[in-house]
Amino acid sequence: MKMKSTQALFECLLEQGVDTVFGYPGGTILNVYDEFERNGYGKKIRHILTAHEQGAAHAADGYARSTGKVGVCFATSGPGATNLTTGIATAYMDSSPVVFLSVNVGENLIGRDAFQEVDITGITMPITKATYLVRDASQLADIVREAFAVAASGRPGPVLIDILKNVTAEEVDFTPLPKEEHIKHGRLAALANRASSPLKHPAPKEKDLETLLQLIQKAKKPMVLAGGGIIRSGASKEFTAFVEKLDAPVAVTLMGQGAISGRHPLCTGMIGMHGTMASNVTTAACDLFIAVGTRFSDRVTCDLAQFSQQAKVVHIDIDRSEIDKNVVTAYHIIGDAKEILKALCDRMPQYQHKEWLEQVDGWRKEPDRQRSGMLDPKEVFASIDRQLGDDVIIATDVGQHQMWAAQYYNYSRPGQLLTSGGFGTMGFGLGAAIGAKIGNPDRVVIHATGDGCLRMNGNEYATAEYYGAPVITVLFNNGTLGMVRQWQTLIYNKRYAQTDLDRGPDFLKYAAAFGMPAWRVETAEQFDEALKQAIQCGQSALIECIIDIDEKVWPMVAGGAPITQFLLK
Amino acid sequence: MQHHTISALVENSAGVLSQVSRLFSRKGYNIESLAVGVTDDPAISRITIIMIGDDLAAKQMISQFRKLRPVIYVQEMDAEQSVHRELLLVKVKTETKDARDEVIQISNIFRANIIDVSRGALTLSITGDTEKNNALIKLLEEFGILELARTGIVALERGPYTIHDENK
Ligand SMILES: Cc1ncc(C[n+]2csc(CCOP(=O)(O)OP(=O)(O)O)c2C)c(N)n1
Repeated sequence: MKMKSTQALFECLLEQGVDTVFGYPGGTILNVYDEFERNGYGKKIRHILTAHEQGAAHAADGYARSTGKVGVCFATSGPGATNLTTGIATAYMDSSPVVFLSVNVGENLIGRDAFQEVDITGITMPITKATYLVRDASQLADIVREAFAVAASGRPGPVLIDILKNVTAEEVDFTPLPKEEHIKHGRLAALANRASSPLKHPAPKEKDLETLLQLIQKAKKPMVLAGGGIIRSGASKEFTAFVEKLDAPVAVTLMGQGAISGRHPLCTGMIGMHGTMASNVTTAACDLFIAVGTRFSDRVTCDLAQFSQQAKVVHIDIDRSEIDKNVVTAYHIIGDAKEILKALCDRMPQYQHKEWLEQVDGWRKEPDRQRSGMLDPKEVFASIDRQLGDDVIIATDVGQHQMWAAQYYNYSRPGQLLTSGGFGTMGFGLGAAIGAKIGNPDRVVIHATGDGCLRMNGNEYATAEYYGAPVITVLFNNGTLGMVRQWQTLIYNKRYAQTDLDRGPDFLKYAAAFGMPAWRVETAEQFDEALKQAIQCGQSALIECIIDIDEKVWPMVAGGAPITQFLLK
Repeated sequence: MQHHTISALVENSAGVLSQVSRLFSRKGYNIESLAVGVTDDPAISRITIIMIGDDLAAKQMISQFRKLRPVIYVQEMDAEQSVHRELLLVKVKTETKDARDEVIQISNIFRANIIDVSRGALTLSITGDTEKNNALIKLLEEFGILELARTGIVALERGPYTIHDENK
């Protein structure tokens, strides 16, 4: 079928089942945007125009994380494309599947430092699974099909397609192909045939499972760590069944929140720098440490050299390059967490580790937090839990409030907590919340943020309001870059360099400018009431919680210290 | 710390070499030599990398390398089971007849070729493994090396076995 290449592009998006695109237009990408109107693709695919390309990138990422689908994000060349980069890196570090699409200047201008020309494929190479520069219109459909498959397969992640402007003006011969057929054709077929193809993951080998089952059988004090891989694999059911049969304590990473219900009696909470006493001490006491879908980041392991030295460490992951990268393991199985956990579970007897679990329970201990007398962040999350429970999606920014969101809420399913774990991107939360709301219109989406983060990307309220994608912002206003201040207090002898935020805006007026209702609250009761009204009002709303400037995240292990050496208990 | 020889088949397209070399610098790997050239299939290039590091680092590097989209196949080559060669071109100062004679003699012993002669300088070419080439350079240093270029090492496995056998 002869058609404009841009039309073929939209046909490819429809093949993938794309119904939502986040983006921002500009000169070079105009031919693509023209298709929304010219051939009516705007009726089949909803375009969400954000305030900033970074917001679009985070929204596409939040949409992907909360729906399990591939997110899609458009941007023009030059500054449009570079504005995506923080969003791309954020998605990359947290293995979130997003297809980014930009259009560059035409072939006749490439390399001439043309207006808004930038080597975006070069810039994004280290923060994507793959980049594609489309110089030939006949390749476009094949490349788009590959890009979607690569983003979603194996360990998911972002990809970037950069199309030259002249390509977007050409005619192509487009052959429709249902999604299931893609793997049999063109570039994807060639990719699938490679020995180390990212598109296939072999089923777990009986021999490998057997070895692990023997290690499990010998273990007296096993423990399991749940990482974000379980979330991406959608393996929370299999994971929970596995640990119940193993009868072992389970710690979760920040990205693994929701892999098992936080209320599950085996769950000891988060591990690492702001991990619970129980999770961290168990790590240093177990004899078998089974890590599933995690990459042993420095925020998890703390001092790497001393990490779980006494235990045999077993690693289950889909990405071979994660094996022995940070922690040298005794044994590993490469593959999809869901398949492996199910296979293990099927072959495993019911274990009882009563004594060990009692010992672990002895380490469960509330941190001895000093209370300021002001509104307690823990009570804020308790109120959210009471009113919204398992149905809510919580998207966070980065800082203390992010850790509180992780510590004080019991997540019960994958995609319930959306947070920038790997990259720690301030400004992620609002865009991600909007993307999540658009992907999950029936759920209430809470955006937990700090006064520093909200200043970064608060502009996206315009997007939420315009598209009727209400999010409820719970702003923890401590008048400071709290997480940085905490380090300054504890490690820099209270020298508070450039962390005071004793300045505007008045966040209630800020919200009002977007037409949003807003409340300033100072007690748990006020918060309860404000949240009730915010949920009822049916539009975006902001609740500003005034909290103490020296509120802290407890517990805390100092960077580089052993995991049990708490700076704050 | 040892030398590891890593051989890879990659798509012969723009940006692949920069992607590969950027991976190595980004991950902090110690690269001793990197050589690339198109294979009998014009769509495929072969990259040979010599890396210094322990076995774990080499394994890590290979699995990171393998993840790059344009990389078709990667393997580590066993030093005993493979042949390594590098081409060296070296221009030596030979201002006197004695010097010239001596350089020619050394060149013969090393089975190097003299590929350019002029008053005052000889250019030698030699193909060999790194050690042999380094030994030649050392001997020529005393005459004065004007300039030098080497290709980096390329390697193939001994016997009928090929990289394609594994890439299935
Ligand atoms: C884009 C970006 N810039 C800087 C940082 C460093 N940083 C981490 S947490 C933090 C403070 C965040 O302050 P706020 O939004 O007020 O949240 P709080 O910690 O007070 O909850 C900063 C500056 C970051 N993570 N991301």
